[in-house]
Amino acid sequence: MSILVDKNTKLVVQGITGREGAFHATRNKAYGTNVVAGVTPGKAGQDVEGIPVFNTVRDAVEETGANTAMVFVPPRFATDALYEAIESGVELIICITEGIPAHDMMGVYTHLRRGNQTLIGPNCPGIISPGEASVGIMPTQVFNPGRVGLVSRSGTLTYQISKELALLGIGQSSVVGIGGDPVVGSSFIDIVSRFDADPDTDLIVMVGEIGGNEEEKAAEFIAAHVTTPVVSYIAGFQAPPGKQMGHAGAIITGSSGTAQGKKEALEAKGVRVGTNPTEVAQLAQEALAAL
Amino acid sequence: MASRSDGAHRLVNITQGRRLDLFEYQGKQLFARHGIPVPSGEIVDTPEAARAAAERIGGTVVVKAQVQVGGRGKAGGIQLAKTPDEAEVHARNILGMNIKDHIVHSVWIEAASEIVKEYYASVTFDRSEKKPLVMLSAEGGMDIEEVARTNPSALATLHVDPLTGFQAHHARWLVFHAGIDEGARAGVVNILQQLYAAFTDLDSMLMEINPLIWTASGDVVALDAKVTIDNNALYRHPDLLALQTSVTDDPQERMAQEKGVTYVKLDGDVGILGNGAGLVMSTLDVVALAGGRPANFLDAGGGSKADEVVAALEVLLSDPKVKVLLINIFGGITRCDEVANGLLTALDKLNATLPIVVRLDGTNEDEGRRIISEQAPANVVVEPTMLSAAQRAVELAKGV
Repeated sequence: MSILVDKNTKLVVQGITGREGAFHATRNKAYGTNVVAGVTPGKAGQDVEGIPVFNTVRDAVEETGANTAMVFVPPRFATDALYEAIESGVELIICITEGIPAHDMMGVYTHLRRGNQTLIGPNCPGIISPGEASVGIMPTQVFNPGRVGLVSRSGTLTYQISKELALLGIGQSSVVGIGGDPVVGSSFIDIVSRFDADPDTDLIVMVGEIGGNEEEKAAEFIAAHVTTPVVSYIAGFQAPPGKQMGHAGAIITGSSGTAQGKKEALEAKGVRVGTNPTEVAQLAQEALAAL
Repeated sequence: MASRSDGAHRLVNITQGRRLDLFEYQGKQLFARHGIPVPSGEIVDTPEAARAAAERIGGTVVVKAQVQVGGRGKAGGIQLAKTPDEAEVHARNILGMNIKDHIVHSVWIEAASEIVKEYYASVTFDRSEKKPLVMLSAEGGMDIEEVARTNPSALATLHVDPLTGFQAHHARWLVFHAGIDEGARAGVVNILQQLYAAFTDLDSMLMEINPLIWTASGDVVALDAKVTIDNNALYRHPDLLALQTSVTDDPQERMAQEKGVTYVKLDGDVGILGNGAGLVMSTLDVVALAGGRPANFLDAGGGSKADEVVAALEVLLSDPKVKVLLINIFGGITRCDEVANGLLTALDKLNATLPIVVRLDGTNEDEGRRIISEQAPANVVVEPTMLSAAQRAVELAKGV
């Protein structure tokens, strides 16, 4: 079992004829993901390695029954692509694109939250449920089927921690990169609660980094609602204490946003925090052994 | 030389979406264009020009240091001048001044204002709620964080739905709840609406006015301006992209800016190159845990290509403090063979002799490692894990 993507995923790739879109759509398909369609306006009738291309997401969904969209569209056009994906009715949208303006994303996020569709990203590596489906840009060879749910704000750090887990023989139910942008569709809390509800996830590994207060909010949520054990890693202890321009930011978060502050917030709620990727894998091993 | 806290500020920006911070005078010029009243003023960079500006403006003026750091007033960077002579003297003293490691390169000369009351107004992006937040207080001019802590009822706050926007009734609600004086209410309502419009039109992440003043003549005027713009949206604002913002005096940081490399200088001797902000931050942490001191943060990006690796290495190798390089790549979009080829090209071009520890994992890792072990000079060593690579780099930096 897994969360978000699996054998039932029917994927449409927006921006499939671009260099990166074609490369990763093909790789996702090779991994076993059911990639049913691609979209590039004006290129309907073509195909990318056997994946049929449509002019619009709506056409693709009507023709193929796609239930998941992946956005590989350049940032200037990605906001439109996101609204198009939302209107097509797909359940899940995964946006890989990096560099979408925050004001655009505030609008997309507000619109999305009025319905019940799920957005992962933007500026994220995607999702993999090892052995079932990979949607995104993750290097699949570092992931193995298993019972750890991994959620992270950072792409390459996700791979690093999965590699450390693999060295200890630990695999994952699903791995979700939620993205590092100021406005992302899904938070740590959203993903942690999905893992908590997944009967095949025994342990959750949450990988955060400096900035914002999502880790602190997740710590509160975990203590109050989550029964699955959680271990964590936070990157950025060596970042010297920051200074913000103006004071409005500090007033609203009421949080330092430092790695140390996040570590303390998590530990105060009983979540063990590793100081480096190797150690967090060891903490995961210990937590699994204690089950 | 950029200060350490400055580096941290930019490091946080890198991880949270990069931002462009404007100088006060640039913020005021934008305000003026968006219908927000500001005192008339001119930006100058010599004492003589300060005198001429004071003559043109007439009457008493204020000479204000243009640096992006708080505490200008306490440091003597804001002075009142009754005559053009005085303006010239003050400008001479302030230009070149070092305020918390920020050198003053220009001063803003503006007409002095007669202040009756000082308020606070801001629109900011609230990352937690993912909405704009408008804040207003009748207790401005002072440390607003202190007001928020000690007297939160003096600060009226309101989240705005970004799709329906900020309406006049929102502005009225804020003005009544902040306890703005009756005579200033219409002026403040107008400014809040213009400020919100500017916030959205300019893709701003912060617009802060402290103090927003009520003058003896009954006007409401922005006496300061802190404006931050979302870098991701600069393609829509070529005029902002062209603005001269803070200039770094550090040679590596300047080189990195020119080459488009994401780099922040720190104060150690282990030069670091990685891909992805999270992994690079983690690399800094692991180097510190191994007993070493990172010299920098350098993110070659998620899709590092050979020429980007060359540019990044050029920046690192130009820093005389760097004793050893640690290259930590986990390939996703990045392909390890491309990184390896970039490294060989850079070494060939730059004639680097210092020890270089390389760790490659991910897409095309075997090919990348093979290229390095077969073709790289003897000063390049490959380590199998991130931890062992960090330990090896720290040993080499210490001369073990």
